[in-house]
Amino acid sequence: MIEFTNVEKTYEQGNKALNGISMTIEDGEFCFLVGPSGSGKSTIIRLITGELKPTAGSVHVNGYSLERIRKREIPYLRRTVGVVFQDFRLISNMTVYENVAFAMRVIGAREKEIRDRVPYVLELVGLENKKNRLPGEMSGGEQQRLAIARALVNNPSTIIADEPTGNLDPARSFEIMALLEEINNLGTTVLVVTHARDLVERFGKRVIAINDGLVVSDGMEGYYSHEDQ
Amino acid sequence: MKINNIGYLMKEGLRHIFTHGFMSFAAVCVTVACLLIVGSFAILAYNLDIMVEDLNKTSEILVYVDSSLSDAEAKSIGTKINMLDNVLQATFVSREEALQKFVADHQNDSAFSGVQAQDLRHRFVVTLEDNSRMEETDGQLKQIPGVANTSAAYELAEGFSTVQDVLHIVSYAVIAVLLVVSLLIISNTVKLAMYDRRDEIAIMKMVGATNGFIRLPFVVEGFTLGMLGATLAFGLEWVMYDALVARIAEADSLKLFNFVPFQELLIPMVVTFAAAGMFVGIVGSWSSIRRFMDV
Ligand SMILES: Nc1ncnc2c1ncn2[C@@H]1O[C@H](COP(=O)(O)OP(=O)(O)O)[C@@H](O)[C@H]1O
Ligand SMILES: [Mg+2]
Repeated sequence: MIEFTNVEKTYEQGNKALNGISMTIEDGEFCFLVGPSGSGKSTIIRLITGELKPTAGSVHVNGYSLERIRKREIPYLRRTVGVVFQDFRLISNMTVYENVAFAMRVIGAREKEIRDRVPYVLELVGLENKKNRLPGEMSGGEQQRLAIARALVNNPSTIIADEPTGNLDPARSFEIMALLEEINNLGTTVLVVTHARDLVERFGKRVIAINDGLVVSDGMEGYYSHEDQ
Repeated sequence: MKINNIGYLMKEGLRHIFTHGFMSFAAVCVTVACLLIVGSFAILAYNLDIMVEDLNKTSEILVYVDSSLSDAEAKSIGTKINMLDNVLQATFVSREEALQKFVADHQNDSAFSGVQAQDLRHRFVVTLEDNSRMEETDGQLKQIPGVANTSAAYELAEGFSTVQDVLHIVSYAVIAVLLVVSLLIISNTVKLAMYDRRDEIAIMKMVGATNGFIRLPFVVEGFTLGMLGATLAFGLEWVMYDALVARIAEADSLKLFNFVPFQELLIPMVVTFAAAGMFVGIVGSWSSIRRFMDV
């Protein structure tokens, strides 16, 4: 579960990015986070992963209280939250298989677990036939699938994606969203930051809208139609 | 930490070395250069120290025994001399032995041909543990009953001791400075290598690797590179030192310089180079990774 209560965040330079965000995302939900650029979406994500600390208010993520988490607990929090970014962040000199296995190895998984788990997630994202490719030899959509496989491989309860389709064409974008929905159907909580209005409308999920560091609407429908009036 | 993790961390450390060949090569070269400079300086300082020490060993005090004492009485003074705490050794030289030496030294000199044993005194040749305290010991020797006189060149001995003290201070200071400079250079090299891998580190943090897990492969890498550098530097040092000593021996027909053979220094050199390589590798990588940990 992700729970924000009156969260404020002011950056060191004095930029106030969040002005009192309150929202709750239950386990197993699929949720879009939308808003103009600079409205504070990425700041919310960085608070969830423990990269930033809130200036005021409280942030609870999968049982951890982020406003008072200890440094040494942060890695364990991050194992419960898989993250996907617009720019993929893959290791270019490792193959598809190695990129995914790497994420397991660095948290101390056994070789046998890795051999069992990596092919399973590669199949889930549809890359089972490309496991020996290098990231540079694949399309953007495939690279993002690989990033999703890596985010999934340690079996997190939550997946967070920050503009995952920002670099993709509409067809690839739809496939990525469909994949995230499928992952959600398998029980993982999914939070997607996006600008892709048509996709948000097609999927008909809960939409949390942010503007100027505040939640301006939160609901299953009508966010964009409301804006158009 | 689990056993299978240790295997992984080792493998990962070694993989780093090969996937970042150029930086590894640079780090090893820097280590070799630094260790060679420090090692050469240390070994020369050590030799110089031994040479000065050897020169100083020749300083001794002659203790002349009162000629009115009998031979046995004269000999018994040796026990009292040995009781002084700074005395290393007191060798009795009878007036007959002294005469023989005197005659041998002045064989061709007719002016001394009439010298008899009776004209000389029994004496002790006294060597000291610490030559810098020669004046003090000389005073104590003069106090012993039956001692007529002493002869000691303590200004010279003190001069040598001062030279030695200065030499020690200067060489420790230079070695310390060289070590610090080496550490800085190596740590910067590792930093560059790590900058090369900042994306990998960021991904490790993102997926929840602990700091220890992120650091250890870098430390294994630093250790391996440090040891590799130390081994190469050690080999080069040996070859260069032997060549230098051979050259000097060739040129120095007077045997003024007396260099210790490298084989005699083998164990301390191996230990020192290995320790320096390990220290520099581990500390260099550990300290430089700190900067990359706060992601
Ligand atoms: N590292 C930072 N330092 C200072 N200000 C920042 C930093 N990151 C973001 N901001 C500011 O915080 C606000 C929200 O940014 P962000 O959360 O990235 O918005 P979004 O992801 O919705 O585009 C913006 O005004 C941005 O300029
Ligand atoms: Mg953003």
